[in-house]
Amino acid sequence: MSTGLRLIVDQVSHAWKALNVLDGISLTAEPGEIMVVIGPSGCGKSTLLNIMGGLLAPLSGTVRTEGEIADDCLNPLTYVFQDFSLLPWRSVRDNVALVLEQRPSANAAAERVRDVLALTGLTDFAGAWPKELSGGMRQRVGIARALVVRPACLLMDEPLSALDAQTRDLLLDEFVTLIGRAGTTTVYVTHNLAEAVRLGQQIVVLSRRPGRVREIFRIDRPLTGRSADDPDLKDLEHMLWRIIRDDAAVAERELIDAPP
Amino acid sequence: MRRHDGPVPFRGGGFSPRDQWVAGATTLLQIVVYWQILAWVGVIPTLFLPSPVSIAVTLWHLTVSGVLWENLSASLARLMIGWFTGTFFGMAMGITAGLWSAMRSRVMAIVAALFPIPKIAMVPLFIIWFGIGEGSKIVTIALGVFFPTVIATMGGVDNVPRGLIRMGQSFGLSTGKIVRSIILPGAAPAILNGFRVTASIAIVLLVAAEMIGAERGIGAFVLSAGNLYDTDALMAGIVVLSVMGLTVAGLIGVLERLLLRWR
Repeated sequence: MSTGLRLIVDQVSHAWKALNVLDGISLTAEPGEIMVVIGPSGCGKSTLLNIMGGLLAPLSGTVRTEGEIADDCLNPLTYVFQDFSLLPWRSVRDNVALVLEQRPSANAAAERVRDVLALTGLTDFAGAWPKELSGGMRQRVGIARALVVRPACLLMDEPLSALDAQTRDLLLDEFVTLIGRAGTTTVYVTHNLAEAVRLGQQIVVLSRRPGRVREIFRIDRPLTGRSADDPDLKDLEHMLWRIIRDDAAVAERELIDAPP
Repeated sequence: MRRHDGPVPFRGGGFSPRDQWVAGATTLLQIVVYWQILAWVGVIPTLFLPSPVSIAVTLWHLTVSGVLWENLSASLARLMIGWFTGTFFGMAMGITAGLWSAMRSRVMAIVAALFPIPKIAMVPLFIIWFGIGEGSKIVTIALGVFFPTVIATMGGVDNVPRGLIRMGQSFGLSTGKIVRSIILPGAAPAILNGFRVTASIAIVLLVAAEMIGAERGIGAFVLSAGNLYDTDALMAGIVVLSVMGLTVAGLIGVLERLLLRWR
C-alpha cells in the first residue's frame, strides 16, 4: 500500500486565451494529507486539479511529486470525477476492472477488483449497469475504480456535488474511512464549506478569477473524531464563508467563459 | 382575476415512440391481401402487375429449379464482400478523422468532394478499371458504403463524451486501449445507425451494378425478366430484393440488441 506522495505546485499560472484563470499558485500537499481547495465559482479550482493530475499543461510553473510509491501502485495520481465518468456499456465490475486490463495478470486483477468492490460495498451490484444505480452508488464505483489502482495521490473534483444532501453526508463519512485506510495524499476540490472542514487537514482558499492563494488553514484534529456539529469546525466554516462571500457574489455576476 | 377550478388536465405523455413489429408485419400483410383482392376482381391488370399468388408460385418454381439460389448466391457474395470492405475502410477512416486533427480536414475534403457523386454513374468507369467481372461490382458497392460509414463513424466518435476519454487518460490507458474500450463502444450507436443506411445503399448499388454488367445475380435476373416481359419473374426478383433488405435490417437489429443492451 502506498503511503502517499508529496505533491508540490510551484508558481502555476494558466489562462484560457485572454482570460487569466490561475495566477502564481504555490501549494504543497504533504504525504497522506487531505488538502481541500475551495473558492468562488470560476476561480480555477478544477483547472488547478487538472494541472496537478497532468491532464492540462500549465501556461507557466511546475507540478512535481516527491516520495516513493509502492510496487502495487498502478497509477500514482488518480482522479475521482464529479460526473463519475463511468462507461455506460460496462457493468460495475468491468468499469472497475477497465483500468487493470492492460496491467497485472488476469487473476491478480480479478482479486483486486473483488477486494475493492467489497471495500466499497458494491459486491452485490457487480453485474449492474451504471444506469441502474443511484448517483451515490455510481460515485462509489468511481471511488472503487480509483482505489483499485492503489493510488499514491487521489485527485477529487467535487465528487459529491452531483448528489443529494443525504447521500453526500453518508458518502463523506465513507470517504473519511476509505481515504484514511488507504493513506493516500488527497487533493479535494469543493465549493461546499461543510465538506471542506469535515475532510480537510489543509484548506486552501482561492480568490476569484484569476485564482490566487488567498489563505491556507490547517486543521490538526483527527478526521475520525470530527463531527458536523463541532462548534470549532462550525466557526471555521463561517469564517471561510466570510472570506469568500464577497468574491463569490462578484463571481456570480461575471460572465462565464468555460474552457473547451 | 379569474377562477381556475377543476381537476388539472393531463398534459404529459407522447414523444416516446416504440417499435411494434406486429403492427409492421400486419401492415405489410394487409397491403398484400388488398393487392391480391384487387387483382382477383380485375382492378389491377395482372399483365402489368402480377398478383401476389402468381408471384409466390413463380418464386416457388425458381426456388425448386435452383435458378433463384444461383442468382441469389452470386448477389449475396458481392454484397457481403463489398459491404464489409467499404465498412472496414470507412470505419478506419472515420475513426482516424474523428481523433486526429491532421487527418480530419483532409478526410472531410475528400468526403465532401466525392460523396455526392452518384456511384452508379461510376460503374462504367469501374468496369474499364477493374474489368467486367466481380471487381467492378464490389468496388461500386464498397465505395457506396465507404462514405456514409466515414460520416457516421466520425459523428459517433465526435459524440463520445470527452470526459470519458479524459478518464481513460487519467488512468494512464494507452491510446489503443482508449480507442478499443471507450471510443469504439461510445461511437457504436452512431456506427450501427450508419449500417442501416449503408446496407440499403449496398443493395441498391448491387442491383445497379449487376444490371450494367453481370451474367448472374438478382439485378441481372430482374433485367433479363424485364427484357422478356416476364413480369411474374421480374416481381419475384423484386420480392427477393425486398426480403434481402428486411433480412439485413433484422440482422442489424439483432446486432444492436447485442451490442447496445446497456442502453
